[in-house]
Order: sequence, then C-alpha cells, then structure tokens
Amino acid sequence: MRKISSELIKNKTAEIAIKANTKLRSDVLLLLKKSLAEEQSPLARKALTAIVDNARIALKQKLAICQDTGLPVVFVEIGNNVYVQDNINQLISQGIALGYKQGGLRASIQKDPISRESKLAYAPSITHTDVVKGDKIKITVLPKGFGSENKAQVKMLNPTASIDVIEEFIVQAVKTAGAGACPPYIIGVGIGGTQDYAGLLAKKALLKPITVKNKQKQLADLEQRLLAKINKLNIGAFGFGGKTTALKVNVLTYPTHIAGLPVAVNISCHALRSASIII
Amino acid sequence: MEKLIGTLNKENIKDLVVWQEVLYTGILYTARDQAHKRLLELIAKGKKLPFDIQDKIIYYCGPTPSLKGQVVGSCGPTTSSRMDKFTPRLLENGLLATIGKGERSLEVIAAIKKYKSVYFSTYAGCGALLAQYVFEKQLVCFKDLGAEAVYAFTVKDFPLIVAIDSKGDNIYVKSS
Repeated sequence: MRKISSELIKNKTAEIAIKANTKLRSDVLLLLKKSLAEEQSPLARKALTAIVDNARIALKQKLAICQDTGLPVVFVEIGNNVYVQDNINQLISQGIALGYKQGGLRASIQKDPISRESKLAYAPSITHTDVVKGDKIKITVLPKGFGSENKAQVKMLNPTASIDVIEEFIVQAVKTAGAGACPPYIIGVGIGGTQDYAGLLAKKALLKPITVKNKQKQLADLEQRLLAKINKLNIGAFGFGGKTTALKVNVLTYPTHIAGLPVAVNISCHALRSASIII
Repeated sequence: MEKLIGTLNKENIKDLVVWQEVLYTGILYTARDQAHKRLLELIAKGKKLPFDIQDKIIYYCGPTPSLKGQVVGSCGPTTSSRMDKFTPRLLENGLLATIGKGERSLEVIAAIKKYKSVYFSTYAGCGALLAQYVFEKQLVCFKDLGAEAVYAFTVKDFPLIVAIDSKGDNIYVKSS
C-alpha cells in the first residue's frame, strides 16, 4: 500500500483548482483561434477576438477566466493500492476551498438551496470517485459555471427511437440554451445507462479533448452531424450570429436497459475549464 | 452606425439602435438574483431603496474578489433572463438601463419599449478582459450577500452592444 498524505491531496487539489480557473485549456483555445480564422461575420469575429484576449489577460494577470468560477465538479480516480487516512471527498472539498481562497476565485456555493440564506462558501464540491488499479490518485477539477449548467437536459427516450429523434433532442437543447449560456458552446452528450448516469456521461464528455476525433466511427459521424446542425442555428459567439455556435460535440455512451434510452445534454460555455493532476 | 462613446442618459439612449456599440464611461451598479429579490421586496413594501435607482444602470454581475493590487476581480455578465421577473418593476421605478448576457422575456421587451430604456449585452464569459475597464469598486449595499452584493463600478470605455433598443427591437434570433 502506498500512503498518500491528506495534506498533499489538499494542496494539489488547490493547485489545479486555480490552474483550471485561470488557464484556459489549450484544446479550447486552439479551436477558438481556428473559429476566428474561419468566421466571416464582423461581430462574431469581434466576439471571438474578445474571448481569445480574455484568456490571455486571465493567464497574465492571474485572474479568473470567468467570474463564475463554478460549482467545482471533481473526478477522482484512486488506485486500489493507495491508502488515505481521511475521507477523500472531504479532503477534496477542503483543497477546493483552499485553492479558491488563495486564487481569488468566487465563493458561489449556497449551502441551503431552499432558504438561500447561508453565507456563500467555496465548497463543497461535487466529487465523483472511482477506484482503479494502481497506486496513484488522479484528480480532475471541472469548474462548472451555472449559466451553462442551467441549460442541461435529460430525456428518457423510447428504446425504438430513431437516431433522428436523438439528434433532434440534442439540437433542440442547444436552441433552447440560445445566447444566454455564453456561446460558442462545447456540447457534452451522454447516451445510455440510467437517467442519472446519462447526465454524468454528458458531463464527463466535456473532459475529453475537443481537438481529437472520436475513435468510434459511428460516434465520430454523429458528433460531426450534430455540430453541423448546431452551427446552422445562427446563435453564434455571444449570440451575435454567425456560424460558430458550438466548437465541438463530444458523445459518450454506455449500455442501457431494453426498455429505455436515456439521452443527456450538458452544455459548456466557451470557457470550458478543467485541469488534472496525478499524485 | 456610429459608436457612442461616453455617458448615457434618458435623452441619448432613446436614439440608440440594436447592434450599435457603446463605450460607456460612468457608474454601473452590480445586482443579480438575490439583490433583485430584496429590491423588489422593498418596493412592494413601499420602503426606500438602499440606493437610488433613478437614471442608474444595473449590471448583472457577481465579480470574483479583488486580490491585492487589483481594483476588481473577474467581472463579466451573468444570464439576464433570471432577472426578467424583476426588471419591468425596476424600469417603472426609474431605472435607466440594464446590462447582461442573452435573451430577455417578451414582458421585459415591452417594458423597455414603454419606459424608453435599453438592454445592453456585453462580452459574455470575458470577466478578465472586462476587469480592465473598471477603475473603482465600492460596496453599496447588501454586504451579507458576498459576490451578490451591490457594488458601484466606475468604468471607462466599458464595451456594450445594444441588444434591445427603446423601440423594442431585439438582436437575438429568438426571444422566449
């Protein structure tokens, strides 16, 4: 058994929480720049230029890319040969709180969702923990802004639903999101599993690099078709119109039940932020 | 279409048209969900508001805290539609204009037309960039709300786009 200290887990979590919020993912930046080169509409070009400038300023001045530093969603893969003395979920939340405080990130967590009268806090995060083989811990922080999280949708389709029906639901979800969730978007899609698991897949799909083509041809084709349809909606960067409504669609699938077909859509704003570390 | 550079008032906002760019210099008051809820409760009770909204501009924004040496943290707009249920009442009470991101409801569009107001969109998701236009930040009220408190931002050349003008014209593809 390899013992990993609680202090180390907390500090590393804090470190990547700051990194995720201030350094835009290189794959996202790359596609933003590519879209800028291809976009014709002057207003859309202005919007994309502002987004690229914003990423540069955030990195240089150590400012948050977006003031909505999100509800931090954390994915932990813990090796079966690792020993951690304390509760890992609590350690992650403590690390998030530490990083958010040190990095000047926003306390956006309301502990009482009904009365909404608690003082705003940095944590808890939403932490998903998987046990994997090995003696390491991999921590990934995805600060999820709620402008886009509010536009997430899950639908329980019939198992006999055609691919057209699936695609229509996904495109409609983006149309409903409109201009309010900071386009250009990155669209995470989860197909299969259960209602909750499809939602988780859709969120995990946002962690996949957006510059890499899906290895499964059937899914790569689906992603391409969806992206083409979404980019015909003319929502555009900032909602200013143009052909850049989404940068990428990422689909993840999982086996499901004979009686159902859960489909989930999780939309990310253009500031898709995540960072990982292996301890 | 000429860019408007400078301050905004009851007179010059009437002439603004959709898609027109504005580089605004003056004061912006930040307010989002909970601050709006409180303002409307005070109006409903006939009480005096903690700041005079007459001819003021509300910016839907909850900034990150200012670190040492910074005037303000990241300070981009939040989704405006969540404030839709409060906006007509504030416009009725003399609010000049609002700034945020995304579509507004038909009720808000009608109120903007009625009270000759304007709704501006600013650079969504670009809080670090927008912080460069803020030169002073002062707490106004509702300190207990943290990031949702009302702050007065003194801004210079803050970039805006007219998203709904005083005639009720609207830049968005759809309005729901």
